[in-house]
Amino acid sequence: MGIENLLHGFAIAITPYNLGVAVMGIALGTVIGVLPGLGGANGVAILLPLTFTMPPTSAIILLTSIYWGALFGGAITSVLFNIPGEPWSVATTFDGYPLARQGQGGQALTAAFTSSFVGAFFSIVLITFFAPLLAEIALRFGPPEFFAIQLLTFSSFVGLGGGNPLKSLVSILIGFILATVGLDIVTGQLRLTFGVVDLMKGFDFIVAVIGLFGIGEILLSVEEGLRFRATRTGMNLRVVLDTWKLLPRYARTFVRGAFIGFWMGFKPGGATPASFMSYAFAKRFSRHPERFGKGELEGVVAPETAAHAAGVAAMLPMITLGIPGSPTAAVMLGGLIIWGLQPGPMLFTENPDFVWGLIASMYTGNIIGVLMVLLFVPFFARILAIPFGILTPLIVIVCGIGAFAVHNSMIDIWYMLIFGVIGYVFKKLDYPLAPLVLALVLGDLAENALRQSLIMSQGSLGIFFTRPIGGAINAVALFFFAMPVLTAWRRRARGAPLPPRA
Amino acid sequence: MRVADLVTAAVLMLLGGVVVYDAVRLGIGWGAEGPRSGFFPFWLAAILITVSGVTVVRAWLARSEKPFVERAQLASVLKVLWPAAAWVVLMQFVGLYVASACYMGFYMRWIGRHSWLLVVPVAVGVPVVTFFVFETWFLVPMPKGPLEAWLGY
Repeated sequence: MGIENLLHGFAIAITPYNLGVAVMGIALGTVIGVLPGLGGANGVAILLPLTFTMPPTSAIILLTSIYWGALFGGAITSVLFNIPGEPWSVATTFDGYPLARQGQGGQALTAAFTSSFVGAFFSIVLITFFAPLLAEIALRFGPPEFFAIQLLTFSSFVGLGGGNPLKSLVSILIGFILATVGLDIVTGQLRLTFGVVDLMKGFDFIVAVIGLFGIGEILLSVEEGLRFRATRTGMNLRVVLDTWKLLPRYARTFVRGAFIGFWMGFKPGGATPASFMSYAFAKRFSRHPERFGKGELEGVVAPETAAHAAGVAAMLPMITLGIPGSPTAAVMLGGLIIWGLQPGPMLFTENPDFVWGLIASMYTGNIIGVLMVLLFVPFFARILAIPFGILTPLIVIVCGIGAFAVHNSMIDIWYMLIFGVIGYVFKKLDYPLAPLVLALVLGDLAENALRQSLIMSQGSLGIFFTRPIGGAINAVALFFFAMPVLTAWRRRARGAPLPPRA
Repeated sequence: MRVADLVTAAVLMLLGGVVVYDAVRLGIGWGAEGPRSGFFPFWLAAILITVSGVTVVRAWLARSEKPFVERAQLASVLKVLWPAAAWVVLMQFVGLYVASACYMGFYMRWIGRHSWLLVVPVAVGVPVVTFFVFETWFLVPMPKGPLEAWLGY
C-alpha cells in the first residue's frame, strides 16, 4: 500500500508549482541558515505568515524546504566560519573548520553536504515505511497515551539532553506556564492575566521562537565584537568530484551515522547528542583517531550524517502523533493548525494528499537542495561579507516583520525583543531554549490530555500506570527524568569524580 | 556568573509565586468540569519554585570568577539592543517602513560608518522592497503611518 501512496505523493510534489516552491524554499532557507541569528526554527517562523494564502501542501513544502536549506546553510557557517548555527552543528566545526583553515574548505563542504544528503535520505526512506504504521498504532491512543508521549518528549530533554537537567526542567516549566496565560478554553476563565488586556491573547510560540533564537542569538554573537567573520570557500566542480571519489571509503561511517541519527532523532532533542555520538564512534573506530580535531574528513562526515538523519527523523512524530520532535517541527505543526489541518494520526486517513505530498517532497527537496548548495556555495558564503552595519538592522527588521505578521499586533514585536533578552540571558546561564519552545507549543495539548485522563479516572493518577501502552511509556519517561540523579549516584558509588558543571 | 545565576533563579521563584497566587484564586482542586483552571499552573509553578530553589542553593555554594558579562561585551550588546527598541517605539508613530528606513540609515552611519552614497539607497531601498513584497505580493499588512496614508495605502 505504501508504494502507490508514495507515487501519488510524487505526482503532487513534482508539479511545476510545487517544485518552484521547493527551489525558492531551499534558496531562502540556505540564506537563512547562513545569516547569523536566523536558523531553521525562526526562519520557518518568520516565513509562516506568507503561507497563509497558499494551499496546505505547497505551504508545508515551502516550510520543509526552508528547513532543508537552513540545515545546509548551517553546515556552511560551521565549516567556513567556525560558527555553529545550531547546536547539532557544533561537532561539524571540530574538523570542518581546521580543514577550511588548511585551504580544504571546498572538500569539507562537499563532504558535509553529501553526508547531510545521505543521512536525510536514509531517514526519509525509514519515515516512508514507518510513518503509516506508527499512525495506525497511534489511532488507538487515548488521552492518557498522548499525555504519556508528551511526558516522554520532555523527559528526554532532561535525561538525554546533555545540559544541566535542573535547568532543562525549568525551561520546560516556563514554557508550560507561558502556554497557560490567557483564556482557558475548557472553563472560560482568564488565567495569569491580572486584568492586563494584552496578556489575554497569551504568548504565541512563533514570537517566542523569533525572539529567543533570532534576537537572542544576535545579542550573543556580538559579544565578540560588532562584526561577523568571512572567508573564501575554494569550491568548484573539480573539488566536488575529487571529494566524491574519497567518500566511499567512509561507507561504514555513513551507515553508522545514519542509524544513530534516526534512532536518536525521532525522540526530541536527539539531533545534538546524535551528532556527538556519531563523531565519537567514528573516532573510536578510526585507524587514525589522532587526526580527529585537526582536519579529518571523516570527522565532518560522521556528525553531519547523524545530525541530518536526526533532523529528518524529527518529522516522524510530528506527522504521525502531532507531537513535534524539534522546535522547527513545532513551528510547522503550528502551521498545520493555521492551515486548518488537525495534526496527528488522523492526517493519514483524512488528508492523504497532504501527508504523501509532504513525504514525497522530502525526497525531491533534499535532492534539489544538495545540488543547489553544491552549485551556489560561494554565493551563499558571500552573504556574510555584507557589512555588520547593514546586516544587523536587516535581520532585526526581518524578525520584527515575522513577529508582527503572526497576529498583526504591535505588542508581539515588544514580546520578541523581551524574549530576545531572555534568550540571551538563558543561553549564557545554560538554560536550554528548545524545551521551552516545545512546552509552549504543546502546553494546551498536554493540559487537555491530562485533564481528560483525570476525568476518565475520576481524578486518580493510577490511570497513567495501569493502561499497558501508556503505562510503559510513562515508566520510560520517569526513568529518563531520574537518569541525571541515577548517573550521578552511580558515578559516586564507583568513586569517579563528578563531571564538571557546564 | 554566580550572581546572575542567583538572580535569575530568584526571579523564577518569584514568578512561580505569582503563578501559584493566581492558580489558587482560580481553584486548584476538582470542579464540575474535572480539574479546575488553576490545577495545571499550580503544579507547574510548585515544581518551578522547588527546582529553582535547588538552583539557588547550588549557585550559592558554587564559586565562579568568570563574570556574567564583561563591560565591553555589554556595550556591544546594548549597541544592538537599544536601536532595535528605538525602532519599535518609532514604528508606533510612523509605521514600520519609515521606521525601518530611519533605523537602517542610522545604524549604517553610526556603526558601519558607511558613506551617504551607500546609506541612502540601502536605507530607502530595503523598506521599499519590503513594502512591495508584503503589502502587494503576499498581502500581509504591516503597521503603516502618515506617509503611507498620504500615498494612498
